[in-house]
Amino acid sequence: MSAVTTTSFGTIWRSARRNWMALAGLSMLAAAVIVAVFAPLIAPYDPKADLKVSIDDIYAPPSAAHWLGTDDAGRDVLSNFIYGARVSLIVGFFASFISVFIGGTIGITAGYFGGRVENILMRITDIMLVIPDLPLAVVLVALTKPSLMNIILVIGLLGWTGTARLVRSQTLSVKERKFVLRAKAIGCGHFHILRRHIFPLVLPLLVANTVLVISLAILEESTLSFLGLADPTTLSWGQMLNFAFTRGGVSAGAWWALIMPGLGIVWVVLGCTLLGQGLEQVLNPRLEWHHLSVGPKMVARGAKEERP
Amino acid sequence: MSETAAVLELRNLRKLFPAGRSGIWARTSEFVHALDGVDLRLEKGEILALAGESGCGKSTLALTLMGLEKPTQGTIWFEGEDVTRQSRAGRQRLCRQIQMVFQDPYESLNPLMTIGEIVAEPLDVHRLAQNREERRGRVEKALEEAGLKPAHIFMNRLPHELSGGQRQRVVIAAALVLEPEVLLADEPVSMLDVSIRAEILNLLAELRERRGISVLLITHDLATSAYLADRVAVMYLGRIVELGETQAVLESPAHPYTQALLSVIPVPNPRKRRERIILQGQPPNPVHVPAGCRFHPRCPKVMERCRVEDPVLAAVGAGSHQAACWLVSGGGSDE
Ligand SMILES: Nc1ncnc2c1ncn2[C@@H]1O[C@H](COP(=O)(O)OP(=O)(O)OP(=O)(O)O)[C@@H](O)[C@H]1O
Ligand SMILES: [Mg+2]
Repeated sequence: MSAVTTTSFGTIWRSARRNWMALAGLSMLAAAVIVAVFAPLIAPYDPKADLKVSIDDIYAPPSAAHWLGTDDAGRDVLSNFIYGARVSLIVGFFASFISVFIGGTIGITAGYFGGRVENILMRITDIMLVIPDLPLAVVLVALTKPSLMNIILVIGLLGWTGTARLVRSQTLSVKERKFVLRAKAIGCGHFHILRRHIFPLVLPLLVANTVLVISLAILEESTLSFLGLADPTTLSWGQMLNFAFTRGGVSAGAWWALIMPGLGIVWVVLGCTLLGQGLEQVLNPRLEWHHLSVGPKMVARGAKEERP
Repeated sequence: MSETAAVLELRNLRKLFPAGRSGIWARTSEFVHALDGVDLRLEKGEILALAGESGCGKSTLALTLMGLEKPTQGTIWFEGEDVTRQSRAGRQRLCRQIQMVFQDPYESLNPLMTIGEIVAEPLDVHRLAQNREERRGRVEKALEEAGLKPAHIFMNRLPHELSGGQRQRVVIAAALVLEPEVLLADEPVSMLDVSIRAEILNLLAELRERRGISVLLITHDLATSAYLADRVAVMYLGRIVELGETQAVLESPAHPYTQALLSVIPVPNPRKRRERIILQGQPPNPVHVPAGCRFHPRCPKVMERCRVEDPVLAAVGAGSHQAACWLVSGGGSDE
């Protein structure tokens, strides 16, 4: 097992190096993760600390003490921003983990077993696909208690359709290969074949897809927070935007309270998109003519290199 | 030869596939007759060549014997036991006895597994090795037996680091670790370089010598089978049309189809050169099998009877040589 996984990740690492898009995306994402992990060391202030606020501290413009100014509660925007990276990334990682797990399981099961199993699973996927995600997420989050956990669950449980379809199509092509037939001839059971022969060959694509799903999850979290549906005590980037908009930041001309969270979201989403698409380009040449799988960019991207 | 026990015996084996990838509109009632009543015995320790043109059902026969395709009709007997419809456990036991070598060695190995892992996989699946040393020992033994020596230098390599011939040896080794009774070799050399074909074929002959394995050697050219087979079976449109000891079939083919196949093989001795028989008529269509003798639309010696009645295998002369042709069973001579 270990040899297989190393090979797959070795492939990813090698393709990442060959592809500037993937490399740039990886660096951007790594920077965000470092900021989030070391937030207490980097941030100049603790956003949760009690403070005494005077009227001058509210929406104070950037100064030596507060490089990026303060927000509606007189807190340091830079520190909020740094801590906010944690929330956005946690939601992104955990929600996409749920999505990829569900989508991967459904896709690989449908693709491998085919027949009625596939029919049922793919009909469910199609139904999920046509229901617009955001309004449903809004309804679900509004109905449940606004907590980080609920946001993660809602985003995770709604975002697996693209993965399911991608994994299914990859599984369909892998299972037709002769070594799968040979495995059956040797007497391998279904579970063994899925684990040793199908999954390792689907894995690189799944990893590339995960990165894209992370960016979608982060974007969705920001949207829900911005709409005021998140837990008000967890300060994510979307929440910062929400507060700046709803608590007079715009009329106060406090551009600093708006720009940073926005930039953070764009940075992470762009990083994920670059990394994910870079990896996909290298790992799955089929995507270039498979415009039905995931993402909007599939058609536009020309068939430049990598045609087998 | 005929007194020895048959390891594998097929009786009236049929396999139909629905014709055409039917969509919602194409309610199919047509079938591809991939196997259309095959009767065949594989004797213990023999090499039986199964020859026939592309699409006549050779691979389907092998896959059906492996239990990877369910026969539509007919029975398969392995060492006197009916193994046609098996429970999962039964099939699991059977595939330790019957192993297969595939046509394309470039596709039949998982690119992410090392040679050691590939050859050990059957042992793991069937839980045949008690401990790591035994496992490693058996893997190395199988590799060396398949001609990959010294085995340890191959253990950690990946398939793409090996040549086609070496890969085919890995496939053979992975079949050998299970110590099977029967090896089904589906065109094992057709994808290989001409220069290494003989080596692989010699390996099969060697295995038969050393282990007494019975080999069903599927091939599309009769010259290959002449090289090492004891007996030859010629298949046409899902049925065996001629069967006999290699020498008898190659030197005095009784069925016009075998004669045509043989006539196009180049013969080194110019004085022995036969007249080439070019088959006329439509290439065979396994969906609409012709009435009467299935070969009659292309047969140069077609008679009235051939269009109506389907001939069965009948003895040619005194030996075990058989052919399904009215020229044989209807009392006519074969020249
Ligand atoms: N899974 C399948 N579904 C439908 N038809 C099939 C299937 N497998 C084989 N056939 C058909 O059955 C017939 C026999 O195929 P088979 O692969 O056994 O031929 P073959 O003798 O091995 O040919 P070749 O020499 O090209 O390998 C062909 O007409 C083929 O199209
Ligand atoms: Mg074949």
